[in-house]
Parts: sequence; C-alpha cells; structure tokens
Amino acid sequence: METLANGVKIGEKPEGMEGHGFFATSLEKVVGMARKNSIWPLPFATSCCGIEFMATMGAHYDLARFGSERLSFSPRQADLLMVMGTIAKKMGPVLRQVYEQMAEPRWVLSVGACASSGGIFDTYSVLQGIDRIIPVDVYVPGCPPRPEQIIDGVMKIQRLVETESLRRRDSAEYKAMLNSYGIE
Amino acid sequence: MVKIMSEKNTLALFMEESTIAQYIPIALMFVVAVGFIATTMLATHLLGPKRNTKTKLEAFESGIPSIGNARIPFNIKYFLVAILFVLFDVEVIFMYPWAVNFKELELTGFIEMVLFIATLLVGFFYIIKKGALTWEE
Repeated sequence: METLANGVKIGEKPEGMEGHGFFATSLEKVVGMARKNSIWPLPFATSCCGIEFMATMGAHYDLARFGSERLSFSPRQADLLMVMGTIAKKMGPVLRQVYEQMAEPRWVLSVGACASSGGIFDTYSVLQGIDRIIPVDVYVPGCPPRPEQIIDGVMKIQRLVETESLRRRDSAEYKAMLNSYGIE
Repeated sequence: MVKIMSEKNTLALFMEESTIAQYIPIALMFVVAVGFIATTMLATHLLGPKRNTKTKLEAFESGIPSIGNARIPFNIKYFLVAILFVLFDVEVIFMYPWAVNFKELELTGFIEMVLFIATLLVGFFYIIKKGALTWEE
C-alpha cells in the first residue's frame, strides 16, 4: 500500500495489464470494486443495536468513509440489509418482504446477538435468528456490538462484494439455497 | 467592381448556408443525446442482475400488505393554499428590492408599495371572509 506525504494511504489496484497511460483488468474486478465502495445499506433497526448503528453513522465512526453514507429506506435501492435488533416472530414476514424486494445483488448483515440467534430472548414470541427466514452473509456478535464491530462486519461484507463472481446469483447452488428459504 | 462581386458572393454564400443543412449538427446532437440515454437504459436493463418475482414486484408499504390505491381524491384546499402561498410569496419578493432601494425611491416608492400591499390586503380579507383558510370543516 502506497502512502502519500500527507499520510493518505492509497488502496491497492487489482491485478491487470498495465502500460503507459492505461490499465486493463477483468470486468468482474471492476464491477466488484465499484459495488464494494458504493454499498447502500437499508437499516432495519428494531432495538438497541440500532442505537449503536446511529453512532456508527455519526461523525466519530463515520461509515461514510466506506462509501455507505447513503442509507436507503426503500428496499428497491438497497444493496445491503442491516438487521439490527430483536426480530419478533410477527416482524418476520415484514423483514422477509423487505429482503425479497431488495435490488439484485443483495447482501444481509446480521448485527447483534438478537438478530443472529434471538439472543437473551429465548421465548415463544422472538425469532431465534433471522437466518431462519432469510439468508445471512455476515454475523456481527455482541449485545450490542460496538460501532467498531459493526464497521468490521461491513468491511467483511465489502470483501464478499468485491470477490463475488458475477455469475454466482445465477448458479443452481444459489437458487437452491434461496429455495430452501422458500424464496424464488 | 471586384468589391461588389465579392460582396455578392458572400451574400450568395450566406443565403446558401441558411438552409436546412445548417441544422444538421443540432439534429446530430439530438440523436446523440437521445441515443445515449436509450443505450444506457437498455444496457442496464439487459445487463443488470434481476430477479423479478411476484413478491418483489408488489408495492412496498414497509413490509405490510398494501390497502387500496395511492391514487385517491384529496381535499382541493391544498391547491388553494398552494396558490395563496405563491401569491403572497411574490409579494414578499417584491418587498426585498424595494427595501434595499428604500432611500432612492423616496416617498413615491413608499406610496406605490403601500398601494400594492393594500391591493393584496383586500384580497387577503376577501379570502378570509370566503373561509379559504378555515381548515376544520
């Protein structure tokens, strides 16, 4: 990684052909880089993890540094569903519809113990982890997790976004995975 | 003689050029502009990943089943209020340059402005009497 005189670090460029005044690489890498640095999250904040998320979006932790300052409250424009908080069983269908109506390709970040496993709410009314109704890409542990942990989760999502094959979502394996959740 | 000839030539050239052929670059620009938009939209629709299922294409109402149609008639008073706003908004816009040039315009400007505001005030009393601003009905 190259460091400039003012301390700004320049990220590494992907593998590719380089010459005088040009740089060529595969479409997949370019698309991956573009997607990775412009994730639009949909915050599905239902409880205290949502408060931690507010801190994450605030000036001190500033998720905008990762290209995610534009939150979307419509699933149509969102790439990343951030589920933060306890999901009651009655909330389940709502969460599921939000996921199903998101733009393709879509990722899911499960923040906190409640979203990941139901947490301390081991009761009849609480969904024991959102992965019972929608596929989850990255889990963030903690009750609630600190903003650093949420940022770590987002960075892990970025890694997935960057390295995902363009054909992954068309594969039979992926479709079978969605079908196992009852999603077309 | 030569000068006259050349003038005639330029005139002829000018008349020749002001034909439909002169507008070809503009037409070309229109074609490029429309073509660019059409190509990008077509390309994103063809190349972009999508999964059009029934649930996905449903109207989004925060995950709750939607009830009724969004296209319902609503109170026309909103329109009236919008029109009244525009009217009195313009009045205030006129007051700014008047206030800036208050000293130069002297008494004439003041009288003119009072007349202007008085006219609008008549209208203001008229709409109050007509009950345009009473909401609870």
